[in-house]
Amino acid sequence: MSTTLPFAQTETRSNYLNVDYGWKSWLFTTDHKRIALLYLFSITAFFFVGGAFAVGMRLNLLTPEGLFAHDTYNKLFTMHGIIMVFFFLVPSIPATLGNFLVPIMIGARDLAFPRINLLSWYLYIIGGVIALTAVVQGGVDTGWTFYAPFSSTYSNTHVILTAIGVFVSGFSSILTGLNFIVTIHTMRAPGMTWGRLPLFVWGHYATSLIQVLGTPVIAITLVLLGLERILHAGIFDPAVGGDPVLFQHLFWFYSHPAVYIMILPGMAVISEIIACFSRKSIFGYTFVAISSIAIAVLGFLVWGHHLFVAGQSMYASMVFSFLSFLVAIPSAIKVFNWTATMYKGSVSYETPMLYAFGFIGLFTIGGLTGLFLATMAIDVHVTDTYFVIAHFHYVMVGGMVMAYLGGIHFWFPKISGRMYPEGWAKFAALIVFVGFNLTFFPQFILGYQGMPRRYAHYPPEFQVLNVMSTAGASILAVGYLIPMIYLAWAWRNGPKAPQNPWNAKGLEWEQSPTPPPTFNFDHQPVVTEPAYNYSGEEQEVELGRQ
Amino acid sequence: MSHQVVPVKVYAAVFGALLALTITTVAVSKLDLGEYNFIAAMTIAVIKATLVVMFFMDVRHATSMTKLFVGAGLFWMAILLVFVLSDYLSRGWLPGLRWL
Amino acid sequence: MADSEATVAVHEPDLRHHFDDSAQQLDSSTLGMWVFLVTEVMFFGGMFGAYTVYRNMYPDAFASTSHFMNVTIGAINTGVLICSSFTMVLAVRSAQLGQKKAIIAFLVLTLILGCVFLSLKYVEYHEKWVDHHIPGPSFQYQDPRYVHQAQILFFLYFAMTGMHAIHMIVGAGLLITLIVMAARNRFSSAWYTPVEMIGLYWHFVDIVWIFLFPLLYLIGHTK
Repeated sequence: MSTTLPFAQTETRSNYLNVDYGWKSWLFTTDHKRIALLYLFSITAFFFVGGAFAVGMRLNLLTPEGLFAHDTYNKLFTMHGIIMVFFFLVPSIPATLGNFLVPIMIGARDLAFPRINLLSWYLYIIGGVIALTAVVQGGVDTGWTFYAPFSSTYSNTHVILTAIGVFVSGFSSILTGLNFIVTIHTMRAPGMTWGRLPLFVWGHYATSLIQVLGTPVIAITLVLLGLERILHAGIFDPAVGGDPVLFQHLFWFYSHPAVYIMILPGMAVISEIIACFSRKSIFGYTFVAISSIAIAVLGFLVWGHHLFVAGQSMYASMVFSFLSFLVAIPSAIKVFNWTATMYKGSVSYETPMLYAFGFIGLFTIGGLTGLFLATMAIDVHVTDTYFVIAHFHYVMVGGMVMAYLGGIHFWFPKISGRMYPEGWAKFAALIVFVGFNLTFFPQFILGYQGMPRRYAHYPPEFQVLNVMSTAGASILAVGYLIPMIYLAWAWRNGPKAPQNPWNAKGLEWEQSPTPPPTFNFDHQPVVTEPAYNYSGEEQEVELGRQ
Repeated sequence: MSHQVVPVKVYAAVFGALLALTITTVAVSKLDLGEYNFIAAMTIAVIKATLVVMFFMDVRHATSMTKLFVGAGLFWMAILLVFVLSDYLSRGWLPGLRWL
Repeated sequence: MADSEATVAVHEPDLRHHFDDSAQQLDSSTLGMWVFLVTEVMFFGGMFGAYTVYRNMYPDAFASTSHFMNVTIGAINTGVLICSSFTMVLAVRSAQLGQKKAIIAFLVLTLILGCVFLSLKYVEYHEKWVDHHIPGPSFQYQDPRYVHQAQILFFLYFAMTGMHAIHMIVGAGLLITLIVMAARNRFSSAWYTPVEMIGLYWHFVDIVWIFLFPLLYLIGHTK
């Protein structure tokens, strides 16, 4: 069953890390695990670039009159948004943990298209370099939402260059999604039926559907935007017959489902962590699996809630508002099911579980405030204020980033073959939680009191809450830096990990060595039990060995 | 796929139908049918596309999963068109507020 | 069990190591190409959406611009693409039957027809250039009531047909690759997946044109 294989603890056997050395073996690899690591390093780098812009913003907001020129501030929040959304959040879990784990979890030797996987990383890097070039040349000041006609006609910043960067990285996202969909359909091991798939895989499948169906629309929108900037034909310019709301429709058709691209993988990680550290199968597995697909589908029907005050027709707004309420239901189902999983489970408090607790609480707050925003009567007052900013940071940072950190810690032993220092990790998790809430809870109040977003200046009565928020941000930054340090340390110097340090269920823990060899398994796995079979310990499990 | 080979006759028949439908759509466009010009042209286009998908792309022999993905693609484009149009078409319905 | 699988893998032609057998590999390739085509549907769909909105908003301006569309060239081009789809499907069929010379012949015909399409497109674009109907600083329109709306509609015309033409050029490049591969005996009746996959792509590009033609050239014509 899940016994520790003896040779994992003695000398280093051949695994995907030591099978080959040298830069060519990394830059020309087709091994999904190595590509996952390539992504991990690049995504982390972009996270800190985006974070640097946030530092600039929060420093500016310490005083009512600000620190930077208005134009500079506009560029800060724009670049923060663009880098965080397109170059960190969208790829984060799928490209790192998804790439690493999806093939192993389904019992395959690699993804369906390994070379396309590598191409996907190169497109991400090229897109990122182009975007960074735009930053270095002076940046963009349109907001990450690129609203026309400012972006198409009036802004004199590097809109086209940035748009090209986002366009190219969008193809990276599409190819990753395509790869996952095909892999999950065609490369499952014998016995790995859809009903036995780990919820991590279900979550990534749903995410991939969104990536494939939504990203092309923002791609074409950016093309039209770029052409408009060059030709000034007027497609989005009301002065010459165009409709700026059309840009918003096309932009949000992708960008709303994009937020589900960002959160579904986080939820996928949480399912795995909660099952393991409650030593129980996820309550309502089928409901959680179907909820992932429901979120993906319903997520495409709600984008108009970003256009409530833009001039969208009242009737369309009502339809979008109603559908936005509906899309909250599958998310709520998941939260209830995770809670029910923990009930009468054998709960332990390792670092991944701490992040999972944080996720459940903070995502719930973020999600509920989303319902406030879906209510048109409330949205009219709080739209474009810090209320919206607090809402999406609760789900994205309090939700997604905590899930990401939880997942990194949970699978760190599998990926690196070593254990991270648990004491430091718990400490950092606590710092992150405190820092996060201190940063973003005041912003709910600020928004409710009327402080608009994207403003470099604000009335003096908002200063106290802004100072609290900046203080929280500095604590949060420390909370993010600490894991960078101890994880880098542990990679080389941490104690060697046993095959299954958490005694978790799942092919990646039970049948793949730690760290895995290049083709993931020593023997083709054959699956005979349902996912999360924590209570079936006495059951005979056929491991497929002969 | 690696299954039965379709006789050339079938492909030739589809080819002939596609050309005939093209000639038809051009001819119909020259008549003034008001609103029905659009419906006629789109109907013919849909028939042509269906022929290409079913016969030239061999979807009639494809797995249900392939058919599902084809349907999903069309359905998703329909979501975009229908919901965006629903905004534009319902503007000005609210009495007293002509712009919403 | 793993050993016998490895033996099978070595003997099956063109089987990549991470697949268990050719059937799985073919299933993956086919599903992969279809998922890619779905992304293309959404990519063009965005432009069809913009076009629908503006046609709905400016029906009279639209009707006036449709007089400047060259229906003759458009219709011939439609016929050319349909012929190219026919030759493409015959190329795939020849690959199924392992007929190397026929594969190459049909692929070359498809390529030639694609180039005919692109040449006619060039003629059309040149006409538009002469008429000052290319959006931008040199745009001029005969009917002063509709100058702005016409520019938007021509913008969409060029965006949609231009994007389609780019896809045709990529398709031509892919066809050249296939011709070279076929000439080097890479295909057999046991493995001809690239021919089939690029065939699917080519048919898709044809379908986009099947919709572009009536929408851009034929409707509003009689007003």
